[in-house]
Amino acid sequence: MRLTVNGTSREVDVEPDMPLLWVLRDELGITGVKYGCGIAQCGACTVHVDGVPVRSCQLAVGDLEGEVTTIEGLGSPDALHAVQAAWIEHQVAQCGYCQSGQIMSAAALLSENSNPSDADIDDAMSGNLCRCGTYPRIREAIKAAAQTIRSA
Amino acid sequence: MSRLKTITRRGFLIGSVALAGGVAFGAYMVTKPHANPLLEGAGQGDTAITPYVLINADGVTLITPRADKGQGAYSVQAALIAEELDVELDQIRVDPGPPSPAYWNTALADEAAAFMVPSGGRAERVAHGVLSAVMKTMGMQITGGSTTVPDGFMKLRQAGAVARETLKLAAAQKTGTAMADLRTEAGRVILPDGSSLSYMELAPIAADITPPQEIALREPSEWRLIGKPMRRIDIVAKSTGTQNFGIDHKVDGMVHAAIVLNPAQGGPMNSFDASEALTMRGVRDVVQITGGVAVIADNTWRAFQAASAIRFDWGPAPFPATMDAHWETLSNSFTEEFEDSRQRDDGDVDISFAESAGLISAEYRAPYLAHAPLEPLSAIVRIDNDAAEVWTGTQVPRFIQKNVGRIAGIEADKVTVHALYMGGSFGHRLEDEVVKQAAEIAVKMKGTPVKLTYSREQDMTHDFPRQIAMARMRGVVRNGQVDSYDLGIAMPSVVMSQMARQELSVPGPDSQIVAGAWDQPFAIPNHRVTGYRALQLAPISSWRSVGASSNGFFYNAGLDELIHAAGADPLTERIRLCDDDEARKVLEAVGEMSGWDGVLGDGRGRGVALTQSFGVHCAQVVEVTSTDAGIRIEKVWVAAEVGTVIDPVNFDNLVKGGVLFGLGHAMNCEITYTDGIADQSNFDTYEGMRMHQCPVIEVRGLENGARVLGIGEPPVPPAAPALAGAIFAATGTRLREMPFSKFVDFA
Repeated sequence: MRLTVNGTSREVDVEPDMPLLWVLRDELGITGVKYGCGIAQCGACTVHVDGVPVRSCQLAVGDLEGEVTTIEGLGSPDALHAVQAAWIEHQVAQCGYCQSGQIMSAAALLSENSNPSDADIDDAMSGNLCRCGTYPRIREAIKAAAQTIRSA
Repeated sequence: MSRLKTITRRGFLIGSVALAGGVAFGAYMVTKPHANPLLEGAGQGDTAITPYVLINADGVTLITPRADKGQGAYSVQAALIAEELDVELDQIRVDPGPPSPAYWNTALADEAAAFMVPSGGRAERVAHGVLSAVMKTMGMQITGGSTTVPDGFMKLRQAGAVARETLKLAAAQKTGTAMADLRTEAGRVILPDGSSLSYMELAPIAADITPPQEIALREPSEWRLIGKPMRRIDIVAKSTGTQNFGIDHKVDGMVHAAIVLNPAQGGPMNSFDASEALTMRGVRDVVQITGGVAVIADNTWRAFQAASAIRFDWGPAPFPATMDAHWETLSNSFTEEFEDSRQRDDGDVDISFAESAGLISAEYRAPYLAHAPLEPLSAIVRIDNDAAEVWTGTQVPRFIQKNVGRIAGIEADKVTVHALYMGGSFGHRLEDEVVKQAAEIAVKMKGTPVKLTYSREQDMTHDFPRQIAMARMRGVVRNGQVDSYDLGIAMPSVVMSQMARQELSVPGPDSQIVAGAWDQPFAIPNHRVTGYRALQLAPISSWRSVGASSNGFFYNAGLDELIHAAGADPLTERIRLCDDDEARKVLEAVGEMSGWDGVLGDGRGRGVALTQSFGVHCAQVVEVTSTDAGIRIEKVWVAAEVGTVIDPVNFDNLVKGGVLFGLGHAMNCEITYTDGIADQSNFDTYEGMRMHQCPVIEVRGLENGARVLGIGEPPVPPAAPALAGAIFAATGTRLREMPFSKFVDFA
């Protein structure tokens, strides 16, 4: 079957019930998207499907409708997305393992709402677990990225 | 090694050695006899060097024995070298593995331990206890016990200084310039005419020069990097999905494996039927390993799916089947028979109790807790006829060499360990079961790299969790003051459980049973702390802050009850009782930061706690509001005394993370067993803290102490008791057992 990931059309030969997460990681070698729980409890596998944040561990690839964006497609070290730039500026990461999913959730929030309140941030981000406890910096970075986006 | 040149300074040695086309500088020692069984292979008088910094045509590489599991260890270590070497942080690459096993020698464990154990007062004895229990037994190259900073603070700077001066000597020799006319900057030696030579081109010359002696380290006022905000070297990679973690790593030709072990951890497998699994797409084989089976497939998910299609007949767990039985074991341990240590016995609590009519008593409990770093464990192992390679995120590369060597039937030094970035650990990666299991599979298919990935469920239900623990407090108050405090703590020995898996035994008392309790800076007239070593129950391991993770709660919770009975203020009475200047300043700091003034009203409440662990005094004030939806944690003020804050950004981040780790688990986490099987297997039943519950946290690092200390663990222990105190102040409910969600709701 064919799917479009980060703007590129890709052909994969997999079972339709394989979660998108594992198609991305093991079949396409896109490892910015992370496996954390497999039951949509941690958010580490968050990607965008047509701009909407989706837990890729719960989306069977056969049910995929739309274009997939992973963190690699959001921005790169040489061409950072505003959220990634804020994450670097605020030095959010500790172990960093959850941050791909955090950034994808935050980018989706800001694409809908470029001036989120604390309650908006709570609603959008509480599905993303961080075991290192970087939440205070995530909140600061989202607010900083929002400002960047608003003033762009 | 051909040339080894050393200098002696401050109890350790910095030497150099020609290596990889350049020169490496590092700690050096001559081995000594040592009781540690791990060191039997080290011959008397052997020399060994732990290279810290390698300079060759490829650039400047920090070779770090201290792994980065998210705490920023690589950046901090790089900064310590760079401060003296005069390179910029972005000019340093980090290699977490040894360039060659020949440069690693178990004797370094002794050197590291000796370095880290100054003699002196109570705090020093504490450090010694931690080390004797963990570090010395486990051999060198362990990352744990918040030791990266104290261990490296002198040695890494000294290595940087020696390297810098040696490179200047090389430049002097090459150009005929006087040493005094040379200076260094950004990885180059600058000549008087403004021209310069790069460290890279000087490295081969430096390799032949005896490192200079007695180089004075720069004064704090001269520091360019230390104490100033740094950009972590991994921050861009970790913000763009380009950081390669262990679970992301690929090796050509590798196959994917999943395992199923007895859900009753450590129980036997009687039989299994893999006939269905073997028909599934992508499945290559199903093989038996110790305690279960492994599926080998062409994709992680296919291996997981096939693993769940295997049917088993399992035997029972080798520990009590129900939680009631676990608690009963602890409850029965408060007897002379199980007494492990009584390191504190001030005044006479027995006489005090006999003379008092108002004896106060209470019992406290702390549950098993999973480590649950967000990255599930994984390892890639390839075994050939006479060598093996391992790629994994680990805190114990030496154990891996030993264990893979045993499984492969080769010498440990033929096992190369590539230490990869870790998506968290919290002590999880002090164990190496995942590597042993991958090796058991790999030895059956020599030459093929086998990547074993744990499912979250495998990771959580077969974790070796934090110890279960119980404490009993008795006390007396007189004239509005705490007069007598007797605390008994019972738990199985973490160190014994952990070391048994490495076939090592640890003699003497286990200091972790009373860590964070016997060693607290309070001069209570009659004060006794007794540790009781309970019989081993479920297998357990070191969990961020180890013994202090439960004992910080016990000690402060008991003290709070006595202070309340005395009618005193929790902060004021702690300050009055405090007999350590540094600790008192930490308490005063959180008092000042929070504007502590007792009763708040309107359903608000504050609690305070102080725990000294790993030599660090850390105090916290937690403020909560009791709302219709439950307890809301509003704000936390934290102060910690660490001697020198090396990177204020990383310090702030680690302290906040430690506080949230302590609060989140105290709120709602436990591992319980039914029929010997863990009831919690994923984050739906083991949640921790989430964004909407996260309080505002204010952090202050104090720098009054002479010793430089690490901050990875000390913020964890005081968080739970400060929260319990706040909930008591807000609601009048005294919480004596974690998780608190068993008794109150959290908003």
